[in-house]
Amino acid sequence: MGLRNYIDKIKPNFEEGGKFSKFHSTFEAFETFLYTPNKVTKSGTHIRNYVDMKRSLIAVVFALIPCFLFGTWNIGYQHFLSLGQDVTFWQTVGYGLLKIIPLYLVSYIVGLSIEFTFAEIRHEDVNEGYFVTGFLIPLIMPVDVPLWMLAIAVAFSVIIGKEVFGGSGMNVVNPALLARAFLFFSYPSKMTGDNVWIAEKADAYSGATPLGTIFNGGSVNDLPSLMDMFVGTIPGSIGETSKIAILIGGIFLIVSGIASLRIIIATFAGAIAMSLMISDIPFYYHLLMGGFMFGTFFMATDPVTATQTNIGKWIYGFLIGAVAILIRVANPGYPEGMMLAILLMNVFAPLIDWCVVAVNIRKRKKRWAAAERRTR
Amino acid sequence: MNLITAPLRKANPITVLILGICSSLAVTAKLKPAIVMALSVTVVTALSNLVISLIRKGIPSKIRIIVQLIVVATLVILVDQFLKAFMYDVSKQLSVFVGLIITNCIVMGRLEAFAMSHAPWESFLDGIGNGLGYGLILVIVAFFRDLFGSGTLLGYQVIPQGLYDFGYVNNGLMILPPMALIIIGIIIWLQKPEEEK
Repeated sequence: MGLRNYIDKIKPNFEEGGKFSKFHSTFEAFETFLYTPNKVTKSGTHIRNYVDMKRSLIAVVFALIPCFLFGTWNIGYQHFLSLGQDVTFWQTVGYGLLKIIPLYLVSYIVGLSIEFTFAEIRHEDVNEGYFVTGFLIPLIMPVDVPLWMLAIAVAFSVIIGKEVFGGSGMNVVNPALLARAFLFFSYPSKMTGDNVWIAEKADAYSGATPLGTIFNGGSVNDLPSLMDMFVGTIPGSIGETSKIAILIGGIFLIVSGIASLRIIIATFAGAIAMSLMISDIPFYYHLLMGGFMFGTFFMATDPVTATQTNIGKWIYGFLIGAVAILIRVANPGYPEGMMLAILLMNVFAPLIDWCVVAVNIRKRKKRWAAAERRTR
Repeated sequence: MNLITAPLRKANPITVLILGICSSLAVTAKLKPAIVMALSVTVVTALSNLVISLIRKGIPSKIRIIVQLIVVATLVILVDQFLKAFMYDVSKQLSVFVGLIITNCIVMGRLEAFAMSHAPWESFLDGIGNGLGYGLILVIVAFFRDLFGSGTLLGYQVIPQGLYDFGYVNNGLMILPPMALIIIGIIIWLQKPEEEK
Protein backbone atom coordinates (compact mmCIF):
# COMPACT_ATOMS: atom_id res chain seq x y z
CA MET A 1 0.00 0.00 0.00
CA GLY A 2 2.82 2.37 -0.82
CA LEU A 3 0.52 4.47 -2.94
CA ARG A 4 -1.98 5.01 -0.12
CA ASN A 5 0.81 6.12 2.20
CA TYR A 6 2.18 8.46 -0.44
CA ILE A 7 -1.23 10.04 -1.00
CA ASP A 8 -1.70 10.51 2.73
CA LYS A 9 1.73 12.08 2.95
CA ILE A 10 1.12 14.70 0.26
CA LYS A 11 -2.50 15.32 1.22
CA PRO A 12 -1.86 18.25 3.63
CA ASN A 13 -0.32 20.22 0.77
CA PHE A 14 -3.66 20.35 -0.95
CA GLU A 15 -5.76 21.25 2.04
CA GLU A 16 -6.92 24.74 2.95
CA GLY A 17 -3.79 26.84 3.43
CA GLY A 18 -1.48 24.21 2.00
CA LYS A 19 1.10 24.85 -0.69
CA PHE A 20 -1.08 23.63 -3.53
CA SER A 21 -4.51 24.42 -2.11
CA LYS A 22 -5.46 25.80 -5.53
CA PHE A 23 -5.32 22.30 -6.93
CA HIS A 24 -7.49 20.81 -4.22
CA SER A 25 -10.14 19.61 -6.66
CA THR A 26 -7.60 17.97 -8.93
CA PHE A 27 -6.01 16.14 -6.02
CA GLU A 28 -9.38 15.09 -4.71
CA ALA A 29 -10.35 13.74 -8.13
CA PHE A 30 -7.26 11.57 -8.40
CA GLU A 31 -7.51 10.37 -4.83
CA THR A 32 -11.10 9.23 -5.17
CA PHE A 33 -10.27 7.79 -8.56
CA LEU A 34 -7.67 5.53 -6.96
CA TYR A 35 -9.34 4.73 -3.63
CA THR A 36 -12.81 4.62 -2.19
CA PRO A 37 -13.37 7.97 -0.51
CA ASN A 38 -13.99 7.92 3.22
CA LYS A 39 -16.15 11.02 3.08
CA VAL A 40 -19.68 10.74 4.47
CA THR A 41 -22.69 12.96 4.07
CA LYS A 42 -22.92 15.32 6.99
CA SER A 43 -26.36 16.87 6.79
CA GLY A 44 -29.85 16.31 5.47
CA THR A 45 -31.59 13.15 4.48
CA HIS A 46 -29.45 10.64 2.68
CA ILE A 47 -29.71 7.15 1.33
CA ARG A 48 -27.05 4.56 1.91
CA ASN A 49 -26.45 2.47 -1.17
CA TYR A 50 -23.51 0.67 -2.64
CA VAL A 51 -24.34 2.14 -6.07
CA ASP A 52 -22.91 5.63 -5.77
CA MET A 53 -22.48 8.02 -8.67
CA LYS A 54 -19.05 6.66 -9.54
CA ARG A 55 -20.33 3.15 -9.78
CA SER A 56 -23.43 3.92 -11.81
CA LEU A 57 -21.46 6.02 -14.26
CA ILE A 58 -18.74 3.43 -14.70
CA ALA A 59 -21.49 0.89 -15.42
CA VAL A 60 -22.54 2.98 -18.41
CA VAL A 61 -18.96 2.98 -19.65
CA PHE A 62 -18.87 -0.81 -19.29
CA ALA A 63 -22.10 -1.05 -21.21
CA LEU A 64 -20.56 0.93 -24.04
CA ILE A 65 -17.54 -1.33 -24.38
CA PRO A 66 -19.18 -3.76 -26.85
CA CYS A 67 -20.07 -0.81 -29.07
CA PHE A 68 -16.54 0.53 -28.75
CA LEU A 69 -14.96 -2.80 -29.67
CA PHE A 70 -17.23 -3.44 -32.60
CA GLY A 71 -16.87 0.15 -33.76
CA THR A 72 -13.10 -0.17 -33.74
CA TRP A 73 -13.24 -3.31 -35.82
CA ASN A 74 -15.83 -1.84 -38.18
CA ILE A 75 -13.69 1.23 -38.93
CA GLY A 76 -10.96 -1.05 -40.22
CA TYR A 77 -13.41 -3.40 -41.93
CA GLN A 78 -15.16 -0.62 -43.86
CA HIS A 79 -11.85 0.96 -44.81
CA PHE A 80 -10.33 -2.19 -46.28
CA LEU A 81 -13.66 -3.20 -47.85
CA SER A 82 -13.81 0.09 -49.75
CA LEU A 83 -10.25 -0.42 -50.97
CA GLY A 84 -11.03 -4.00 -51.90
CA GLN A 85 -8.14 -5.37 -49.85
CA ASP A 86 -8.19 -8.62 -47.99
CA VAL A 87 -6.51 -8.29 -44.61
CA THR A 88 -6.27 -10.19 -41.36
CA PHE A 89 -8.39 -9.57 -38.31
CA TRP A 90 -5.55 -7.88 -36.43
CA GLN A 91 -4.75 -5.52 -39.28
CA THR A 92 -8.41 -4.50 -39.30
CA VAL A 93 -8.48 -3.87 -35.58
CA GLY A 94 -5.10 -2.15 -35.69
CA TYR A 95 -6.31 0.30 -38.32
CA GLY A 96 -9.46 0.92 -36.29
CA LEU A 97 -7.45 1.63 -33.14
CA LEU A 98 -5.24 4.01 -35.07
CA LYS A 99 -8.34 5.99 -36.02
CA ILE A 100 -10.30 5.83 -32.79
CA ILE A 101 -7.57 6.49 -30.21
CA PRO A 102 -6.91 10.09 -31.36
CA LEU A 103 -10.64 10.78 -31.10
CA TYR A 104 -10.67 9.53 -27.53
CA LEU A 105 -7.53 11.44 -26.62
CA VAL A 106 -9.02 14.68 -27.89
CA SER A 107 -12.36 14.03 -26.24
CA TYR A 108 -10.89 13.30 -22.82
CA ILE A 109 -8.06 15.82 -22.78
CA VAL A 110 -10.23 18.74 -23.85
CA GLY A 111 -13.27 17.73 -21.83
CA LEU A 112 -11.49 16.85 -18.63
CA SER A 113 -9.25 19.90 -18.63
CA ILE A 114 -12.35 22.11 -18.87
CA GLU A 115 -14.06 20.12 -16.11
CA PHE A 116 -11.04 20.37 -13.84
CA THR A 117 -10.64 24.08 -14.50
CA PHE A 118 -14.25 24.79 -13.61
CA ALA A 119 -14.07 22.60 -10.53
CA GLU A 120 -11.03 24.52 -9.30
CA ILE A 121 -12.64 27.89 -9.94
CA ARG A 122 -15.77 26.89 -8.10
CA HIS A 123 -13.99 24.99 -5.33
CA GLU A 124 -16.03 21.92 -6.06
CA ASP A 125 -15.00 18.32 -6.36
CA VAL A 126 -14.45 17.08 -9.87
CA ASN A 127 -17.10 14.49 -10.55
CA GLU A 128 -17.24 11.65 -12.97
CA GLY A 129 -19.96 12.90 -15.30
CA TYR A 130 -17.50 13.49 -18.06
CA PHE A 131 -16.23 9.92 -18.13
CA VAL A 132 -19.48 8.81 -19.73
CA THR A 133 -19.88 11.87 -21.94
CA GLY A 134 -16.31 11.61 -23.13
CA PHE A 135 -16.76 7.94 -23.89
CA LEU A 136 -19.99 8.57 -25.80
CA ILE A 137 -18.84 11.49 -27.93
CA PRO A 138 -16.41 9.61 -30.23
CA LEU A 139 -18.92 6.80 -30.63
CA ILE A 140 -21.52 9.09 -32.21
CA MET A 141 -19.08 10.80 -34.57
CA PRO A 142 -18.29 9.90 -38.14
CA VAL A 143 -14.84 8.36 -38.18
CA ASP A 144 -13.34 11.03 -40.42
CA VAL A 145 -14.26 14.01 -38.23
CA PRO A 146 -11.24 16.37 -38.02
CA LEU A 147 -9.75 16.44 -34.54
CA TRP A 148 -9.86 20.23 -34.16
CA MET A 149 -13.58 20.19 -34.90
CA LEU A 150 -14.07 17.51 -32.30
CA ALA A 151 -12.12 19.62 -29.81
CA ILE A 152 -14.32 22.67 -30.45
CA ALA A 153 -17.48 20.60 -30.16
CA VAL A 154 -16.36 19.04 -26.89
CA ALA A 155 -15.46 22.43 -25.46
CA PHE A 156 -18.79 23.86 -26.58
CA SER A 157 -20.85 21.06 -25.14
CA VAL A 158 -19.03 20.95 -21.81
CA ILE A 159 -19.15 24.72 -21.31
CA ILE A 160 -22.51 25.67 -22.83
CA GLY A 161 -24.26 22.37 -22.26
CA LYS A 162 -23.10 21.68 -18.75
CA GLU A 163 -20.96 24.17 -16.88
CA VAL A 164 -23.19 27.19 -17.43
CA PHE A 165 -26.01 25.27 -15.79
CA GLY A 166 -23.86 24.27 -12.82
CA GLY A 167 -21.98 21.16 -13.88
CA SER A 168 -22.80 17.46 -13.94
CA GLY A 169 -26.32 16.60 -12.93
CA MET A 170 -27.65 20.09 -13.66
CA ASN A 171 -27.54 19.98 -17.44
CA VAL A 172 -30.75 20.38 -19.40
CA VAL A 173 -29.67 18.54 -22.54
CA ASN A 174 -27.42 15.56 -23.05
CA PRO A 175 -23.89 16.97 -23.48
CA ALA A 176 -22.71 14.22 -25.83
CA LEU A 177 -25.61 14.84 -28.17
CA LEU A 178 -25.08 18.57 -27.92
CA ALA A 179 -21.51 18.07 -29.17
CA ARG A 180 -22.86 16.16 -32.13
CA ALA A 181 -25.60 18.70 -32.82
CA PHE A 182 -23.03 21.50 -32.67
CA LEU A 183 -20.87 19.81 -35.30
CA PHE A 184 -23.91 18.87 -37.33
CA PHE A 185 -25.02 22.47 -37.73
CA SER A 186 -21.57 24.03 -37.79
CA TYR A 187 -19.81 21.79 -40.27
CA PRO A 188 -22.51 19.89 -42.17
CA SER A 189 -20.08 18.87 -44.90
CA LYS A 190 -18.09 16.84 -42.37
CA MET A 191 -21.07 15.35 -40.59
CA THR A 192 -23.44 14.18 -43.31
CA GLY A 193 -23.27 12.92 -46.86
CA ASP A 194 -21.68 9.86 -48.35
CA ASN A 195 -18.02 10.60 -47.75
CA VAL A 196 -17.57 10.90 -44.02
CA TRP A 197 -18.52 7.47 -42.75
CA ILE A 198 -15.58 5.41 -43.96
CA ALA A 199 -12.00 6.29 -43.08
CA GLU A 200 -9.94 7.18 -46.18
CA LYS A 201 -12.25 5.33 -48.48
CA ALA A 202 -11.63 4.74 -52.16
CA ASP A 203 -13.38 7.43 -54.22
CA ALA A 204 -15.39 5.11 -56.38
CA TYR A 205 -16.87 3.21 -53.46
CA SER A 206 -20.23 4.43 -52.24
CA GLY A 207 -20.09 5.18 -48.54
CA ALA A 208 -23.75 6.01 -48.01
CA THR A 209 -25.37 4.93 -44.77
CA PRO A 210 -28.73 3.16 -44.99
CA LEU A 211 -30.40 6.34 -43.79
CA GLY A 212 -28.60 8.37 -46.43
CA THR A 213 -29.71 5.97 -49.13
CA ILE A 214 -33.35 6.25 -48.12
CA PHE A 215 -33.01 10.00 -47.70
CA ASN A 216 -31.80 10.37 -51.28
CA GLY A 217 -34.80 8.54 -52.63
CA GLY A 218 -33.51 5.00 -52.48
CA SER A 219 -35.86 2.12 -51.81
CA VAL A 220 -35.63 -0.80 -49.41
CA ASN A 221 -33.97 -2.88 -52.13
CA ASP A 222 -30.94 -0.56 -52.17
CA LEU A 223 -30.27 -1.17 -48.49
CA PRO A 224 -27.88 -3.70 -47.00
CA SER A 225 -29.57 -6.87 -45.81
CA LEU A 226 -31.37 -6.80 -42.48
CA MET A 227 -28.75 -9.15 -41.12
CA ASP A 228 -25.91 -6.79 -42.04
CA MET A 229 -27.72 -3.89 -40.45
CA PHE A 230 -28.33 -5.92 -37.33
CA VAL A 231 -24.78 -7.19 -36.99
CA GLY A 232 -23.42 -3.79 -37.94
CA THR A 233 -21.15 -4.31 -40.95
CA ILE A 234 -22.43 -1.08 -42.50
CA PRO A 235 -21.07 2.47 -42.68
CA GLY A 236 -22.24 4.85 -39.98
CA SER A 237 -21.17 6.70 -36.86
CA ILE A 238 -18.53 4.69 -35.02
CA GLY A 239 -20.52 3.11 -32.23
CA GLU A 240 -24.01 2.99 -33.65
CA THR A 241 -23.79 0.40 -36.41
CA SER A 242 -23.93 -2.86 -34.50
CA LYS A 243 -27.33 -3.49 -32.98
CA ILE A 244 -25.99 -6.63 -31.30
CA ALA A 245 -23.36 -4.67 -29.40
CA ILE A 246 -25.95 -2.06 -28.45
CA LEU A 247 -28.34 -4.72 -27.19
CA ILE A 248 -25.63 -6.38 -25.08
CA GLY A 249 -24.80 -3.04 -23.48
CA GLY A 250 -28.44 -2.05 -23.24
CA ILE A 251 -29.49 -5.23 -21.48
CA PHE A 252 -26.63 -4.79 -19.06
CA LEU A 253 -27.86 -1.28 -18.30
CA ILE A 254 -31.43 -2.45 -17.79
CA VAL A 255 -30.42 -5.33 -15.55
CA SER A 256 -28.19 -3.11 -13.45
CA GLY A 257 -31.12 -0.73 -13.06
CA ILE A 258 -29.49 2.33 -14.56
CA ALA A 259 -31.43 2.67 -17.79
CA SER A 260 -35.18 2.93 -17.49
CA LEU A 261 -36.98 0.10 -19.25
CA ARG A 262 -40.09 2.29 -19.47
CA ILE A 263 -38.31 4.87 -21.59
CA ILE A 264 -36.84 2.22 -23.88
CA ILE A 265 -40.15 0.45 -24.48
CA ALA A 266 -41.97 3.73 -24.96
CA THR A 267 -39.40 4.96 -27.46
CA PHE A 268 -39.73 1.79 -29.51
CA ALA A 269 -43.52 2.06 -29.34
CA GLY A 270 -43.43 5.68 -30.47
CA ALA A 271 -41.14 4.92 -33.37
CA ILE A 272 -43.16 1.91 -34.51
CA ALA A 273 -46.45 3.77 -34.28
CA MET A 274 -45.12 6.73 -36.21
CA SER A 275 -43.46 4.70 -38.94
CA LEU A 276 -46.57 2.60 -39.45
CA MET A 277 -48.48 5.81 -39.95
CA ILE A 278 -46.30 7.89 -42.22
CA SER A 279 -43.36 5.91 -43.56
CA ASP A 280 -43.21 4.03 -46.85
CA ILE A 281 -40.66 1.50 -45.64
CA PRO A 282 -41.37 -1.24 -43.09
CA PHE A 283 -40.99 -0.10 -39.49
CA TYR A 284 -38.23 -2.56 -38.57
CA TYR A 285 -35.94 -0.82 -41.03
CA HIS A 286 -36.40 2.37 -39.09
CA LEU A 287 -35.41 0.61 -35.89
CA LEU A 288 -32.23 -0.72 -37.47
CA MET A 289 -31.19 2.39 -39.39
CA GLY A 290 -29.02 5.19 -38.11
CA GLY A 291 -28.67 6.04 -34.48
CA PHE A 292 -32.11 4.99 -33.33
CA MET A 293 -31.08 2.04 -31.16
CA PHE A 294 -27.98 3.72 -29.82
CA GLY A 295 -29.93 6.83 -28.94
CA THR A 296 -32.70 4.85 -27.30
CA PHE A 297 -30.48 2.81 -25.04
CA PHE A 298 -27.71 5.23 -24.17
CA MET A 299 -29.01 8.77 -24.74
CA ALA A 300 -32.74 8.83 -24.11
CA THR A 301 -32.28 6.98 -20.82
CA ASP A 302 -29.73 9.43 -19.42
CA PRO A 303 -31.18 9.85 -15.91
CA VAL A 304 -30.20 13.50 -15.67
CA THR A 305 -31.97 14.75 -18.76
CA ALA A 306 -34.90 12.34 -18.91
CA THR A 307 -38.17 12.69 -17.07
CA GLN A 308 -38.28 11.48 -13.48
CA THR A 309 -41.92 10.43 -12.99
CA ASN A 310 -43.03 7.01 -14.20
CA ILE A 311 -45.89 8.26 -16.33
CA GLY A 312 -43.63 11.02 -17.56
CA LYS A 313 -41.15 8.40 -18.76
CA TRP A 314 -43.78 6.76 -20.96
CA ILE A 315 -44.74 10.09 -22.51
CA TYR A 316 -41.14 11.21 -22.91
CA GLY A 317 -40.01 7.98 -24.57
CA PHE A 318 -43.01 7.75 -26.85
CA LEU A 319 -42.52 11.30 -28.07
CA ILE A 320 -38.81 10.73 -28.71
CA GLY A 321 -39.57 7.75 -30.92
CA ALA A 322 -42.40 9.48 -32.73
CA VAL A 323 -40.55 12.75 -33.31
CA ALA A 324 -37.42 10.92 -34.49
CA ILE A 325 -39.33 9.10 -37.22
CA LEU A 326 -41.31 12.23 -38.06
CA ILE A 327 -38.08 14.15 -38.66
CA ARG A 328 -36.61 11.29 -40.69
CA VAL A 329 -39.61 11.01 -42.98
CA ALA A 330 -41.03 14.50 -43.21
CA ASN A 331 -37.99 16.75 -42.93
CA PRO A 332 -36.26 17.59 -46.21
CA GLY A 333 -33.08 18.86 -44.54
CA TYR A 334 -31.58 16.13 -42.39
CA PRO A 335 -31.57 12.37 -42.82
CA GLU A 336 -31.32 11.55 -39.10
CA GLY A 337 -33.90 12.61 -36.57
CA MET A 338 -32.91 10.74 -33.44
CA MET A 339 -30.41 13.31 -32.22
CA LEU A 340 -32.80 16.22 -32.66
CA ALA A 341 -35.71 14.29 -31.18
CA ILE A 342 -33.81 13.48 -27.99
CA LEU A 343 -32.52 17.03 -27.63
CA LEU A 344 -36.01 18.40 -28.13
CA MET A 345 -37.54 16.09 -25.56
CA ASN A 346 -34.69 16.79 -23.12
CA VAL A 347 -35.88 20.37 -23.14
CA PHE A 348 -39.48 19.32 -22.59
CA ALA A 349 -38.74 16.72 -19.91
CA PRO A 350 -39.18 19.06 -16.91
CA LEU A 351 -42.47 20.31 -18.35
CA ILE A 352 -43.76 16.75 -18.76
CA ASP A 353 -42.81 15.99 -15.17
CA TRP A 354 -44.50 19.14 -13.97
CA CYS A 355 -47.73 18.25 -15.78
CA VAL A 356 -47.73 14.68 -14.44
CA VAL A 357 -47.24 15.92 -10.90
CA ALA A 358 -49.89 18.60 -11.29
CA VAL A 359 -52.45 16.13 -12.65
CA ASN A 360 -51.69 13.76 -9.80
CA ILE A 361 -52.15 16.49 -7.21
CA ARG A 362 -55.49 17.46 -8.71
CA LYS A 363 -56.66 13.87 -8.75
CA ARG A 364 -55.76 13.42 -5.11
CA LYS A 365 -57.44 16.66 -4.14
CA LYS A 366 -60.65 15.51 -5.79
CA ARG A 367 -60.46 12.14 -4.11
CA TRP A 368 -59.84 13.76 -0.78
CA ALA A 369 -62.76 16.17 -1.25
CA ALA A 370 -65.03 13.24 -2.11
CA ALA A 371 -63.89 11.37 0.98
CA GLU A 372 -64.53 14.46 3.06
CA ARG A 373 -68.08 14.69 1.77
CA ARG A 374 -68.77 11.07 2.56
CA THR A 375 -67.61 11.29 6.13
CA ARG A 376 -69.61 14.40 6.81
CA MET B 1 -22.00 61.88 -18.54
CA ASN B 2 -23.30 59.00 -16.49
CA LEU B 3 -26.35 58.99 -18.73
CA ILE B 4 -24.18 57.86 -21.62
CA THR B 5 -21.82 55.49 -19.83
CA ALA B 6 -24.30 53.64 -17.63
CA PRO B 7 -26.18 51.98 -20.52
CA LEU B 8 -22.90 50.71 -21.93
CA ARG B 9 -22.36 48.29 -19.07
CA LYS B 10 -24.32 48.54 -15.85
CA ALA B 11 -27.68 49.25 -17.41
CA ASN B 12 -27.02 47.77 -20.82
CA PRO B 13 -30.31 47.46 -22.71
CA ILE B 14 -29.48 44.03 -24.11
CA THR B 15 -27.47 42.22 -21.47
CA VAL B 16 -29.06 43.69 -18.36
CA LEU B 17 -32.53 44.83 -19.36
CA ILE B 18 -32.83 42.04 -21.99
CA LEU B 19 -34.51 44.35 -24.50
CA GLY B 20 -34.09 44.37 -28.26
CA ILE B 21 -32.98 40.74 -28.42
CA CYS B 22 -34.91 39.99 -31.59
CA SER B 23 -33.11 42.44 -33.84
CA SER B 24 -29.76 41.63 -32.29
CA LEU B 25 -30.20 38.04 -33.42
CA ALA B 26 -31.29 39.01 -36.87
CA VAL B 27 -28.79 41.60 -38.05
CA THR B 28 -25.53 40.39 -36.53
CA ALA B 29 -24.51 37.72 -39.02
CA LYS B 30 -22.19 40.32 -40.61
CA LEU B 31 -20.37 43.20 -39.02
CA LYS B 32 -21.32 45.97 -41.45
CA PRO B 33 -25.11 45.72 -41.19
CA ALA B 34 -24.72 45.47 -37.43
CA ILE B 35 -22.82 48.76 -37.28
CA VAL B 36 -25.35 50.48 -39.52
CA MET B 37 -28.19 49.08 -37.43
CA ALA B 38 -26.51 50.26 -34.23
CA LEU B 39 -26.16 53.78 -35.61
CA SER B 40 -29.74 53.83 -36.87
CA VAL B 41 -31.11 52.80 -33.50
CA THR B 42 -28.91 55.37 -31.76
CA VAL B 43 -30.24 58.13 -34.00
CA VAL B 44 -33.82 57.04 -33.47
CA THR B 45 -33.61 56.69 -29.68
CA ALA B 46 -31.74 59.97 -29.29
CA LEU B 47 -34.04 62.04 -31.48
CA SER B 48 -37.28 60.46 -30.32
CA ASN B 49 -36.22 60.97 -26.71
CA LEU B 50 -35.46 64.59 -27.51
CA VAL B 51 -38.75 65.25 -29.32
CA ILE B 52 -40.93 63.51 -26.77
CA SER B 53 -39.13 65.23 -23.92
CA LEU B 54 -39.76 68.62 -25.56
CA ILE B 55 -43.49 68.05 -25.92
CA ARG B 56 -43.94 65.83 -22.86
CA LYS B 57 -45.97 68.38 -20.95
CA GLY B 58 -48.47 68.77 -23.76
CA ILE B 59 -49.19 65.07 -24.26
CA PRO B 60 -52.44 63.84 -22.67
CA SER B 61 -51.48 60.74 -20.77
CA LYS B 62 -54.30 58.67 -22.26
CA ILE B 63 -52.94 58.86 -25.80
CA ARG B 64 -49.26 59.13 -25.01
CA ILE B 65 -48.37 55.75 -26.56
CA ILE B 66 -49.91 56.79 -29.87
CA VAL B 67 -48.04 60.08 -29.83
CA GLN B 68 -44.80 58.29 -29.05
CA LEU B 69 -45.42 55.81 -31.85
CA ILE B 70 -46.01 58.58 -34.38
CA VAL B 71 -42.77 60.29 -33.45
CA VAL B 72 -40.80 57.03 -33.56
CA ALA B 73 -42.39 55.93 -36.82
CA THR B 74 -41.59 59.25 -38.48
CA LEU B 75 -37.97 59.00 -37.43
CA VAL B 76 -37.67 55.40 -38.52
CA ILE B 77 -39.06 56.20 -41.94
CA LEU B 78 -36.55 59.02 -42.26
CA VAL B 79 -33.70 56.67 -41.34
CA ASP B 80 -35.02 54.04 -43.70
CA GLN B 81 -35.20 56.49 -46.59
CA PHE B 82 -31.74 57.77 -45.78
CA LEU B 83 -30.29 54.27 -45.87
CA LYS B 84 -32.07 53.48 -49.12
CA ALA B 85 -30.69 56.64 -50.69
CA PHE B 86 -27.09 56.39 -49.57
CA MET B 87 -26.37 52.79 -48.56
CA TYR B 88 -28.64 50.74 -50.74
CA ASP B 89 -26.85 47.38 -50.36
CA VAL B 90 -26.77 47.54 -46.57
CA SER B 91 -30.37 48.68 -46.52
CA LYS B 92 -31.28 45.62 -48.55
CA GLN B 93 -29.40 43.34 -46.14
CA LEU B 94 -31.16 44.87 -43.16
CA SER B 95 -34.44 44.59 -45.06
CA VAL B 96 -37.42 44.69 -42.75
CA PHE B 97 -35.39 45.16 -39.59
CA VAL B 98 -34.93 48.89 -40.12
CA GLY B 99 -38.70 49.28 -40.17
CA LEU B 100 -38.93 47.09 -37.12
CA ILE B 101 -36.93 49.61 -35.07
CA ILE B 102 -40.38 51.03 -34.36
CA THR B 103 -41.18 47.95 -32.34
CA ASN B 104 -37.76 47.78 -30.68
CA CYS B 105 -38.49 47.72 -26.97
CA ILE B 106 -35.50 49.92 -26.23
CA VAL B 107 -36.97 52.91 -28.05
CA MET B 108 -40.40 52.75 -26.45
CA GLY B 109 -38.89 51.73 -23.14
CA ARG B 110 -36.67 54.78 -22.92
CA LEU B 111 -39.51 57.08 -23.97
CA GLU B 112 -41.80 55.74 -21.26
CA ALA B 113 -39.20 55.34 -18.55
CA PHE B 114 -37.02 58.35 -19.16
CA ALA B 115 -38.06 60.96 -21.71
CA MET B 116 -41.56 61.42 -20.30
CA SER B 117 -40.11 62.62 -17.01
CA HIS B 118 -36.78 64.29 -17.84
CA ALA B 119 -35.51 67.45 -19.50
CA PRO B 120 -34.71 67.44 -23.24
CA TRP B 121 -30.91 67.51 -23.00
CA GLU B 122 -30.77 64.68 -20.48
CA SER B 123 -33.22 62.65 -22.54
CA PHE B 124 -31.12 63.20 -25.62
CA LEU B 125 -28.01 61.91 -23.84
CA ASP B 126 -29.93 58.96 -22.44
CA GLY B 127 -31.08 58.10 -25.93
CA ILE B 128 -27.54 58.21 -27.27
CA GLY B 129 -26.29 56.13 -24.35
CA ASN B 130 -28.87 53.42 -24.82
CA GLY B 131 -28.39 53.36 -28.56
CA LEU B 132 -24.67 52.93 -28.05
CA GLY B 133 -25.15 50.28 -25.36
CA TYR B 134 -27.31 48.36 -27.78
CA GLY B 135 -24.80 48.94 -30.55
CA LEU B 136 -21.88 47.79 -28.45
CA ILE B 137 -23.39 44.36 -27.91
CA LEU B 138 -24.45 44.20 -31.55
CA VAL B 139 -20.91 44.92 -32.70
CA ILE B 140 -19.36 42.38 -30.30
CA VAL B 141 -21.76 39.66 -31.40
CA ALA B 142 -21.39 40.53 -35.07
CA PHE B 143 -17.62 40.57 -34.76
CA PHE B 144 -17.50 36.95 -33.61
CA ARG B 145 -20.20 35.76 -35.97
CA ASP B 146 -18.65 37.47 -38.98
CA LEU B 147 -15.15 36.27 -38.10
CA PHE B 148 -15.93 32.63 -37.38
CA GLY B 149 -18.99 32.26 -39.56
CA SER B 150 -17.64 33.75 -42.77
CA GLY B 151 -13.97 34.38 -42.06
CA THR B 152 -14.43 38.04 -42.94
CA LEU B 153 -14.72 41.41 -41.22
CA LEU B 154 -16.50 44.29 -42.98
CA GLY B 155 -16.22 42.36 -46.22
CA TYR B 156 -12.47 41.78 -46.03
CA GLN B 157 -11.09 38.28 -45.75
CA VAL B 158 -9.44 38.06 -42.35
CA ILE B 159 -8.74 34.37 -41.92
CA PRO B 160 -5.88 33.60 -44.32
CA GLN B 161 -6.43 31.27 -47.23
CA GLY B 162 -3.59 29.08 -45.98
CA LEU B 163 -5.68 28.06 -43.01
CA TYR B 164 -8.48 26.94 -45.30
CA ASP B 165 -6.06 24.88 -47.35
CA PHE B 166 -4.98 23.33 -44.09
CA GLY B 167 -8.49 22.08 -43.48
CA TYR B 168 -10.15 24.94 -41.64
CA VAL B 169 -13.86 25.31 -42.33
CA ASN B 170 -16.15 28.20 -41.50
CA ASN B 171 -18.54 27.49 -38.67
CA GLY B 172 -22.01 27.23 -40.15
CA LEU B 173 -23.74 27.52 -36.82
CA MET B 174 -22.35 31.04 -36.42
CA ILE B 175 -24.49 32.18 -39.35
CA LEU B 176 -27.64 30.86 -37.72
CA PRO B 177 -29.49 32.99 -35.14
CA PRO B 178 -29.12 30.51 -32.24
CA MET B 179 -25.42 31.24 -32.05
CA ALA B 180 -26.14 34.96 -31.60
CA LEU B 181 -28.31 34.07 -28.65
CA ILE B 182 -25.55 31.90 -27.22
CA ILE B 183 -22.96 34.66 -27.64
CA ILE B 184 -25.26 37.16 -25.90
CA GLY B 185 -25.73 34.56 -23.18
CA ILE B 186 -21.98 34.25 -22.74
CA ILE B 187 -21.61 38.03 -22.53
CA ILE B 188 -24.28 38.12 -19.82
CA TRP B 189 -22.55 35.26 -18.05
CA LEU B 190 -19.22 37.08 -18.03
CA GLN B 191 -20.79 40.40 -17.05
CA LYS B 192 -22.91 39.12 -14.19
CA PRO B 193 -20.26 38.53 -11.50
CA GLU B 194 -18.79 42.00 -12.07
CA GLU B 195 -22.18 43.56 -11.64
CA GLU B 196 -22.80 41.82 -8.34
CA LYS B 197 -19.59 43.16 -6.83
